[in-house]
Amino acid sequence: MALDSKADTGKRHFKVVGTRPLRPDGVDKVTGRARFGADMSAPGMLVGLILRSPHPHARIRVIDTTRARALPGVHAVVTRADFATVDDAALADLLDNCMAGEKALYDGHAVAAVAAASGAVARQALDLIEVDYEPLPFVTDVDEAMKPDAPALHPGRANETVPPGLSANVMARHEFGHGDIEAGLAAADRVLERSYRTGATHQGYIEPHACLASVGPDGKADLWCCTQGHYMVRNTCAAILGMEQGSLRVTASEIGGGFGGKTTVFLEPVALMLSRKAGRPVKMVMSRSEVFRATGPTASTSIDVRIGMTKDGRITAGFAELRYQGGAYPGSPVDMGSMSAFAPYDLEHVKTIGWDVVTNRPKQAAYRAPGAPMAAFAVESAIDELARGFGLDPLEVRLKNAAREGTRASYGPTFPAIGLEATLRAAKDHPHWSAPLGPNQGRGVACGFWFNFGGDTCVSLNITPDGTVTLSEGNPDIGGSRASMSMMAAEELGIPYDKVRTIIADTGSLGQNDVTDGSRVTFAVGLATIEAARAAKREMCKRAAQVWGIEADAVIWENGAVRPAGPNAGKHPPMTLAEIAAIASNTGGPIAGHCEVNAEGAGVSFGTHIADIELDPETGTVRILRYTVFQDAGKAVHPDYVEGQFQGGAVQGIGWALNEEYIYGDDGRLQNAGFLDYRIPVASDLPMIDTVILEIPNPGHPYGVRGVGETPIVPPLAAVANAVSHAAGIRLTHLPISPPRLLAAIREK
Amino acid sequence: MSAIHVTTTINDETTEFLCAPDETLLDVLRDRLGLTGSKEGCGSGDCGACSVMLDGRLVCSCLVLGAEAEGRTVATIEGMASGETLHPLQRKFLEHAALQCGICTPGFLVAAKALLERHPDPTEEEARYWLAGNLCRCTGYDKIIRAVLDAAAEMREAG
Repeated sequence: MALDSKADTGKRHFKVVGTRPLRPDGVDKVTGRARFGADMSAPGMLVGLILRSPHPHARIRVIDTTRARALPGVHAVVTRADFATVDDAALADLLDNCMAGEKALYDGHAVAAVAAASGAVARQALDLIEVDYEPLPFVTDVDEAMKPDAPALHPGRANETVPPGLSANVMARHEFGHGDIEAGLAAADRVLERSYRTGATHQGYIEPHACLASVGPDGKADLWCCTQGHYMVRNTCAAILGMEQGSLRVTASEIGGGFGGKTTVFLEPVALMLSRKAGRPVKMVMSRSEVFRATGPTASTSIDVRIGMTKDGRITAGFAELRYQGGAYPGSPVDMGSMSAFAPYDLEHVKTIGWDVVTNRPKQAAYRAPGAPMAAFAVESAIDELARGFGLDPLEVRLKNAAREGTRASYGPTFPAIGLEATLRAAKDHPHWSAPLGPNQGRGVACGFWFNFGGDTCVSLNITPDGTVTLSEGNPDIGGSRASMSMMAAEELGIPYDKVRTIIADTGSLGQNDVTDGSRVTFAVGLATIEAARAAKREMCKRAAQVWGIEADAVIWENGAVRPAGPNAGKHPPMTLAEIAAIASNTGGPIAGHCEVNAEGAGVSFGTHIADIELDPETGTVRILRYTVFQDAGKAVHPDYVEGQFQGGAVQGIGWALNEEYIYGDDGRLQNAGFLDYRIPVASDLPMIDTVILEIPNPGHPYGVRGVGETPIVPPLAAVANAVSHAAGIRLTHLPISPPRLLAAIREK
Repeated sequence: MSAIHVTTTINDETTEFLCAPDETLLDVLRDRLGLTGSKEGCGSGDCGACSVMLDGRLVCSCLVLGAEAEGRTVATIEGMASGETLHPLQRKFLEHAALQCGICTPGFLVAAKALLERHPDPTEEEARYWLAGNLCRCTGYDKIIRAVLDAAAEMREAG
């Protein structure tokens, strides 16, 4: 539902939107006052802990909890036997991931939980739980898991898209594209065939998962947790625990990072079950090692690409076969990888095939543009290699093939106004692209795409009697969205930014709000906020007209006040929002605006990144020298936080390219379940990350806003790999390009 | 294990608490004293979210025992502002939008304050290396470093 015509965005002069005010939750977050997941407690609270499987794959014969239950201070012990059977397959997988049933499917899989008077007693109780495991053969590598004789996790669960005769670990096959690949390849001057691999990475949010559950004897429950979507938590937990959604009120804490990793549940159903059994509030907080072993890292991948190009740089056909392991349950993001792989390009012949594969690893969760960075790494590497092979400028080649308005996208739809070409031109004109490079230095460029999303959204905007405004929304503020919502409400109402306070309401206070994902919040919640403000304005116009004794359509809203519309409406001095609010009780009661919408029209997003690196041929270390992000934001509501998304996404992608990966040992156990060994980028690894915001208005949003959060992680894998390949004179096809891997490649040269 | 009685000074106030012998200072601050501004991101000294000052030295409070605070002086994020007046670093973090989710922010602020007390005029590289023990996953560090250098400049001018 687009609320405005495209024309409105072009001529609009913003007063608040596009400025950089301080975020309203800022003081709380620099003083320690803000309360995150683990910062809440309740009277009579117990400590909940989880016992986890040390085996990557094992049948659970018996769990004996007798001794644990007998330990003084233990109030409840929970195993899968406490949960009723769930019919829906996806929900059953979620439950099985939160608490293993017949089998433990990965190192770290939860098998039992306790609630005790203290952490010390709870730890002791975990030691007293006896689990009789029958270890089974396991597989953690995607290509190994696809071999027909690989150990099978879920025999017989493949869906109807999977041809017979494949490994039982192949869960689904996806196919996208159009045209005739072979004909397109035949028209090329060169066809490049390459295979690429990427390691599994973790979102690496600094705040471990935490929650506080309290179930009363009447079955009514309250849950406090750090999540990207408390409505999702409510709905999921209610279904798993057999509760009505209205009986479970979920309050979202401040959230210490998520990046997609907090779009599902891990602890919450277990905490509720422990609380229900114990009759006391139960708090659960994961350790960092639990976060790595048993939450939702992304897929590791293996991708084959065939691309044909003419010697003047025209891509004649693109084909990719993508294999993503998504851990122990179906649902890797290979579908989105397959859809997005060639999305930046206008291709006559394009095809992608995606294979969803299960392995003995934790069930993957969304990670910022889920599925897209790996696919872009493969395609953008291949295009770079072809362009350089022909002696062509890789940016020019991308411009020559760039998707534009009217392009039929590789995944089906036809693009409306999009910003890819603008980002490429901005990159080409930027001094970074032509700056000189020294020895052992290289420059890489890559493009990225993300779909973006709208979804169910419900907001309530209330005018208080003194003329200030409170806005209730249902999406956790993960990176400044309260500021953006307050700005859009202030813009629409014509009042100062600091007169609006935005709060994140609990699930009892608003209708359904989809998870904070798909870069949806500034777009969809913003759209709903604007519409709620418009509804409040309509009501205030009505009230003023009523006071003046004229028709409601004889007044207009202008600069935060109602005015008579033209000379025929009579001469009345304008009534400000505050003046109307002050007499609301006498003119019909409180004034509020609401919006309930399934927001459509989230504009797709494109970015182009340039990376300069220097490698040390002695050690294989790569250093980022300079980095610039160019991305279309539609309209940047708060440019600081748009830049912040660009910078943060780029750096996560740099970590993915150079350092980060899940390392499994021969025993099937995760070897690097901590920040010392799973090394995310630190301040001394990086230069400043330069940003250029392009603004090609999204026709689907009244102010032209597009989501910006996810696209920035898509280009860096290839941008960095292309830069390293350029500097090393070898094509790097396996991420991360860690020092030992690069050193080995240099020595093989 | 019987509890240990500890008398210490936290944010300029004399404070007493009981703690288990194996209880970390971070757990004491958060669970016994209600000072939840210090965060646990890893529990192993790798992320810096629990940074506090112990007798003027920057430490990860997850690597210090509560009992070690006996007779010493602890400064946490809760003591950084003076009443309603934010420390220049706190103000600059807001002005530069140097936080997104905010979980790492208390640790960064405590660590950055320790830096500026020793090196009032750090280079960008010095600031980056000093803060390399504090992990931030949201910002890519750009705006954090800018905020720290800007705060340093303002504090130097204010003398």
